[in-house]
Amino acid sequence: MILPNIEYATSEMFVAAAAMVLLMIGVFRGEGSFRLVSALSVLVLVAAAVITVWMSPGDSRSAFAGMFVSNGYTTFLKVGILLAAAVGIVLSIGYNAREGIDRFEYPVLIVLAALGMMVMVSASDLLSLYIGLELQSLSLYVVAAIRRDSVKSSEAGLKYFVLGALASGMLLFGASLVYGFSGTTAFTGLAAQLTGASAPSVGLVVGLVFVMVGLAFKVSAVPFHMWTPDVYEGAPTPVTAFFAAAPKLAAMGLFMSVLAGPFGGLVEQWSQIVIVLAIASMVLGAFAAIAQTNIKRLMAYSSIGHVGYALVGLAAGTEDGYSAVLIYMAIYLVMTLGAFAAILAMQRSGRMVEEIGDLTGLSRTNPMMAGMMLIFMFSMAGIPPLAGFYAKLYVFLAAVEAGLYFLAVIGMVTSVVGAYYYIRIVKVMYFDEPEDALDPRPGRDLGAIQFVAGMATLLFFLFPSLLVGAADTAVFSLTGG
Amino acid sequence: MESWPLLSIVTFAPLVGALLILVMVRGDREATDRNARWLALWASLATFLISLLIWINFETGTADFQFVEKAAWFKFPGGYTLNYHMGVDGISMMFVLLSTLLTPICILCSWEIKSRVREYMAAFLVLETFMVGTFCALDLVTFYVFFEGVLLPMFLIIGVWGGDRRVYSAFKFFLYTLLGSVLMLVAVMAIYFLSKSAGQGTTDIVELLKFARETGFSAEAQKWLWLAFFASFAVKVPMWPVHTWLPDAHVEAPTAGSVILAGVLLKMGGYGFLRFSLPLFPDASVYFAPLVYTLSIVAIIYTSLVALAQEDMKKLIAYSSVAHMGFVTLGIFAATAQLSAGNLPDNLLGEQAVSGAMFQMLSHGIVSAALFLCVGVVYDRLHTRRIDRYGGLVHRMPRYAAVFMVFTLASVGLPGTSGFVGEFLVLFGVFQVNVWAAALAATGVILGAAYMLWLYRRIIFGELVKPDLMRMKDLHPREVAIFAPLVILVLWMGIWPEPFLDVFDASVKNLLTSFKAGVCRANEACFAAR
Repeated sequence: MILPNIEYATSEMFVAAAAMVLLMIGVFRGEGSFRLVSALSVLVLVAAAVITVWMSPGDSRSAFAGMFVSNGYTTFLKVGILLAAAVGIVLSIGYNAREGIDRFEYPVLIVLAALGMMVMVSASDLLSLYIGLELQSLSLYVVAAIRRDSVKSSEAGLKYFVLGALASGMLLFGASLVYGFSGTTAFTGLAAQLTGASAPSVGLVVGLVFVMVGLAFKVSAVPFHMWTPDVYEGAPTPVTAFFAAAPKLAAMGLFMSVLAGPFGGLVEQWSQIVIVLAIASMVLGAFAAIAQTNIKRLMAYSSIGHVGYALVGLAAGTEDGYSAVLIYMAIYLVMTLGAFAAILAMQRSGRMVEEIGDLTGLSRTNPMMAGMMLIFMFSMAGIPPLAGFYAKLYVFLAAVEAGLYFLAVIGMVTSVVGAYYYIRIVKVMYFDEPEDALDPRPGRDLGAIQFVAGMATLLFFLFPSLLVGAADTAVFSLTGG
Repeated sequence: MESWPLLSIVTFAPLVGALLILVMVRGDREATDRNARWLALWASLATFLISLLIWINFETGTADFQFVEKAAWFKFPGGYTLNYHMGVDGISMMFVLLSTLLTPICILCSWEIKSRVREYMAAFLVLETFMVGTFCALDLVTFYVFFEGVLLPMFLIIGVWGGDRRVYSAFKFFLYTLLGSVLMLVAVMAIYFLSKSAGQGTTDIVELLKFARETGFSAEAQKWLWLAFFASFAVKVPMWPVHTWLPDAHVEAPTAGSVILAGVLLKMGGYGFLRFSLPLFPDASVYFAPLVYTLSIVAIIYTSLVALAQEDMKKLIAYSSVAHMGFVTLGIFAATAQLSAGNLPDNLLGEQAVSGAMFQMLSHGIVSAALFLCVGVVYDRLHTRRIDRYGGLVHRMPRYAAVFMVFTLASVGLPGTSGFVGEFLVLFGVFQVNVWAAALAATGVILGAAYMLWLYRRIIFGELVKPDLMRMKDLHPREVAIFAPLVILVLWMGIWPEPFLDVFDASVKNLLTSFKAGVCRANEACFAAR
């Protein structure tokens, strides 16, 4: 056989082919095919998730001459990415139609971005990693600027593009250094060289640092976060919702598989960097969010903070830590998508509003939405018994296990600072009297997504083992498989 | 009866009630409010009856945990399976009863709440679930989930149904207590990994108590862990100087919120000291005893003086709570202060003091709750808490004056009331250990009499001259129904405290025995003597 094990890339091939078909449908049906293409895209993404689970090998299998790997870890991430992307498209349908950006390219671009993410988490070579990352990034640049006639949206797209290209350049430069000093770009080759080697060459470490800079940009860890608030605020809200979910999960998964896989032997070197990134992200995410009045900017800083917490698990550099990162990101994904579904439902006389003050008195005008938002906010603040608490519990357990007490204490204290701005939203919704009510029924799909995400967050404590078990299995194949 | 998961039922029955209220109660506004009230009352009364059933079946002679339930919950790193583990011993039994008793009273006294009745009642029932769960939990993580979960409904109760400065108070309450408890969470995680040195790490309280008796944490680790737990419990109790959230929260909370806050939430701190700090970190408890003593005595004297200067009734009672809780912390750490002198006597004193602290917590739970209810009665009529707006109420409200008198005297610690037994036992125990501390604390009793009696005089006695007081009505039947059980309890506990002391006697003895064993292990001389 020319390409052995090619069947383990079935879901990628399926998504790639489907994206082309969707594009054709859009082209031939012309304008007005947005809803059809969106619906089909959601179907494609869900089908791809099913295929991924179905085709998942019990152990680790590589294909394409070692460029591509499929195992429990990649399956976990891909399912998360595909479902988050599907929800992202569902969130956008009503909004895009209303705001006049109902172009069929939009869902196709999201499908392509999802394909890029699938390739990058499955990459087992620095080159295939780069290809996947760029496919994802280029799709996202376009999506951020999809509203061409809006200055803010164009600015967001441009900013994201310029800074993203810089980060990609850094990553590529780092990859070339790594290649120059080790003679290989394959993950297995790098891992073999680095484990057991006495002292790693300085050039290799420098290369690693550049690769990490590129990846830190993608997860928007401080100090490579500057693009996040502007892009989050400028991009159309469904795009922001998408950015906050799937690409974050993919980038974090990639960050982890790169550090734990090929560079696993350099754990002492990179964990110092990750600790600094984690502390900076948690502190900035907590303090900078306090002053925000725009809820999308607030979510941007909140996401920076959450990345910081997830990095705490990575900094531990243990299997428990990696599994904690996966648990954290999965819970974060659900909370974020739910919160954005609520933000998208913030309309007044049919127009979108996005100031925190617009939520005033929501508990009286729309108790259901306020209740769900309450759950998301307390959960993000990490108050038990909501899901966000367990997410924090696991990452900090990993940190304490690794002896990183100071990191755990700093993280806990910043989570109290962070709680301030989350409960401020609760205060606006519950303590203040309503002035100018939001529209009562902003769409059944948004309500359904809020409800499902809210219940998952609220009732997580009943069945935590499902997620914990899945994350443990995934991490086992990352480190042991 | 044995096979029934009674503790889970008593914990989650209110939650079921809350869900029913939120889901089932529909219709026009008036019907909704009425149904929500009655449903909440029935749910909380049913819970109270179940807790009485537990009390009746509770065996007093033993220090073992009873009504134990255990079920695997989720997996921790390292293969440890965390259990949902519930059980009560003498120390927690009474707090469970206190919580289930005060909740129906809170619901009754909130009968006149007008805005968002459905949500209000649901919030109180959710709060009850978390309170009862806190006292029943036998696993550190389970405990933490309940302990911190309390913040959620309480934050909403203060913030939504509170007074003018409710937002500030709610935020202060939330952030203060959260900051304290997150440090405890780090300590909980550390405990899991440190107890691993003896094989499998654990967060199970029963296992940990055994571990502390037999192996124990290193002296260095104990100090850090003790401080982290102290951060959480000292804020909750609250001890001086981290008490400042309490007056704000009390003043702005609705009456029922103050009742729960003073009656149950403050006791979680004292419970935490007894359940965790003393038995798990005995060396650190000895080491830090002077600190606790100093803070307690400052709390007793300083906050009593502050209470004297208050113009606001609720604030005065709030400060008196801080002072009374000072006696509690003093009593809890009496045994440790004895050991800090470096001697290890055969007869470990402090049993009276610890029992007294327990009793004082129960008594204060009822008395301060009742005092806030008394303030609520006149506040409902005149909508002010300023002391100088009242005077001469005895002429219009004789029944009210009598009830208020009982609780004022109980708060002062008059023999025959519950307040006397607690304070006497604490002072008696502390006196054997440290004469100076007892003497200074005793001045707090005098100051307590001063501010409480003065408050009573200014509100109840004197000429009835203020025109808006002329129309004040005496207690109506619902209010009598609220106060009657509390008056009976206060007198019962004061005249015949035996049944209450019996419940926690064995557990307190056991606590002190294992505490002494813990201290002994670290002390060479003690080993030699054996």
